[in-house]
Amino acid sequence: MTERPHLAVIGAGPAGLAATLAAARHGLRVTLIDAAPEAGGQFYRQPAAGLGARRPRTPRHSRRGWERLRAGLDRYVSAGHVTHLRDHHVWFARRRRAGFTVHALLGPEQERPVEVRADGVLLATGGYEKVLPFPGWTLPGVVTAGGAQAMLKGGLVLPGRTVVVAGTGPLLLPVATGLAAAGARVAALVESADPRALVRRPAPLAAQPAKLAEAARYAAGLLRHRVRTLVRHTVVEAHGDDRLTAVTVAALDTDGRVRPGTRRRIDCDTLAVGHGMLPHTDLAQGLGCRVDGVAVHVDDEQRTDVPGVWAAGEATGIGGAALALAEGHIAGRSAAARLSGAVPEPHGWAAAAGSRAGLRRFTAALDGIYAPPAHWADLVTDGTVVCRCEEVTGGAVRQAVTDLGAGDVRTVKLLTRAGMGWCQGRMCGTAVAGLAGCPETAARRPFARPVPLGVLARAGEDENEDEERQADGHDGRDGRDAHPDEQHDAR
Amino acid sequence: MNPLEWAGARPGPAFAVTFDGREIEALPGQTVAAALWAAGVRSWRTTRGEGRPRGVLCGIGVCFDCLVTVNDRPNQRACLVPLRPGDAIRTQEGTGHHD
Repeated sequence: MTERPHLAVIGAGPAGLAATLAAARHGLRVTLIDAAPEAGGQFYRQPAAGLGARRPRTPRHSRRGWERLRAGLDRYVSAGHVTHLRDHHVWFARRRRAGFTVHALLGPEQERPVEVRADGVLLATGGYEKVLPFPGWTLPGVVTAGGAQAMLKGGLVLPGRTVVVAGTGPLLLPVATGLAAAGARVAALVESADPRALVRRPAPLAAQPAKLAEAARYAAGLLRHRVRTLVRHTVVEAHGDDRLTAVTVAALDTDGRVRPGTRRRIDCDTLAVGHGMLPHTDLAQGLGCRVDGVAVHVDDEQRTDVPGVWAAGEATGIGGAALALAEGHIAGRSAAARLSGAVPEPHGWAAAAGSRAGLRRFTAALDGIYAPPAHWADLVTDGTVVCRCEEVTGGAVRQAVTDLGAGDVRTVKLLTRAGMGWCQGRMCGTAVAGLAGCPETAARRPFARPVPLGVLARAGEDENEDEERQADGHDGRDGRDAHPDEQHDAR
Repeated sequence: MNPLEWAGARPGPAFAVTFDGREIEALPGQTVAAALWAAGVRSWRTTRGEGRPRGVLCGIGVCFDCLVTVNDRPNQRACLVPLRPGDAIRTQEGTGHHD
C-alpha cells in the first residue's frame, strides 16, 4: 500500500471537522491540530467531561450534526487515518521546500514545542468576537457575549445574577436565551440594529427555512423568559468602581447617533456585549496567503493563493457554522484530490456548493442589517481605555492622529503602544482603526500566539540545516520583518 | 435553576483549591475562571499601568485579560487552565513578576 498523502488541518470546529472527515474519506492521512482539550470548536463546545452533563443543551439539529461529526472522527481515528492532536496551540505554519511544517505549543502552559510536517495545510482557524469600546467597558463584569456563552457551555457557570446582553448580531439571541434558561435574570437584550429589516429583504431569508425556525425559537425563548428587547438601542456607559453595577442605554436615531433624552439606567452585575466577529488570519498571513480586508481569500475549491494551503469557515469570512461545514467539506474534498495528484471533480460536492452559495447570500443579507451604531466612536471619551492590554485611551489615539499626524493604524501603534500588548491588537484593532479614520484590515502578526524565546530560537533548527541555503525565496517566513517590540517574550 | 441543573450535570466530587489563600471549591473539568465565577469572584488581576481590576473578557483565550498566577506561575489564562486539587490561585498584580 502506498503512503497516503498527509494533510494538517488546523482547528477542530465545524469547518475543520468537516474537512477532516471529507479528506480522510477520500484517501488522505489527516492530522487534526486543535487548541482545545476536546474537538468541537466554539460552536460545538461541550461541558468538560468531569462535569458529567447528561442533558445536551444544544438545539436538536446542531446536536445531530455534532454527533455525526464526532462519530466520524472517532471512526477515522480508530482506523488510523486521522490523528487528533488536542491541546496543541499552533503559533506558526511555514512552507518548506517540499510540504509544510506546523509549529505548536503543548498544553495550557504552552511551553513545550511540537512540530507537524505535512504535504498540505488546511486552515480552519475560526474567528473571535469583536467588541467596540465605551466608557466602563474594562470593568470586571463586562464580558463578551460569546465569552459568557463559552463559559456557560464549557464550565456550566454564569457570569452573574443579572445580565444585560448588548451589541449587535445574531449571536446575541442564543446568548440571551441560553443565560436565561440556565438561571440568570436577563434584564434586557439591547440590539443596535433593527432585525425587523430582515423581513423587508425576504428572499435570502426565505431560502433558509432552518435559520428562520432557529430565529423563531430564540424569539419564543425571549418571550418565555420575559426578556425585554430594545432594538435600535446601545449601551453608552458601564458603571461601577471595581465591578459593574449598572449600564446606561440609549435609543439610536436613523443615522446611528444617540437620541437626546433617551438615556436610562439598568442595574446589572454583568454586561455580555459583542459587535460581531472577526476571522483569525494570522497563520494564513504567515504562510503568505492573500487576505482581502479581514478574511482569507479562497477560490471555489476553498484554495488560498498559496499552493498546498486551503482555508474554510470563519477564517475566510464570518458566516456561521452551517457555512463552515459546507466550506470545510469542499476544502477537504479538494485537498484529497489535489494532494493525490488528481484534478477534483466539483460535481462530487455539488450539494455542499449549493448550500455554500445560499448561506453566503444569507450572510450578506445579515451583514446588511446587523452593524454597530455608525457613530459608536462618539461614545468613546478621551478617558476611555481603548487598548485594554497597554491601557491606551481614546484621547491618546486621537492625539496621535490629530497632533502627531499618524495616518494609519501602524503609526498610531508605534506612537501610543495601542495593539502592542498580550492580545496583539485583537481586541482593539477595530476601534483604533475607527478612531484613526482608517479602513479595517487584518493586522500582520508574525506569530499567532505568544512564543517563549527558547522555543522560537530552536524552531526549525533541523530544517534550517538542509534547507536554509536552498531557500526558495518565498516571503519573510520567519517573521523577520517583525519588530522586536512586537514579539512576545517568554513568560 | 442553575447551570448544573440546566445541563443535568452529575459532576465528579468537588475538590479544594485556594484563591489568595482562601479555600474555594472546584468541580472536575472546570477552568480557573469557571471555578472563580462559581465562587462569586469576578476579578483576579490588576493592570500594570493603572492598577485596575480585570477578569474574564473573551472567555476563549484570545484577549489575555484574565491572566492570573497559578502555583506561582504568572500570566496563565484563567479561561483555559484546568484546575487540579490543591492548586493555589493568586491575584496577579501587574506583570506578576514583582511579588
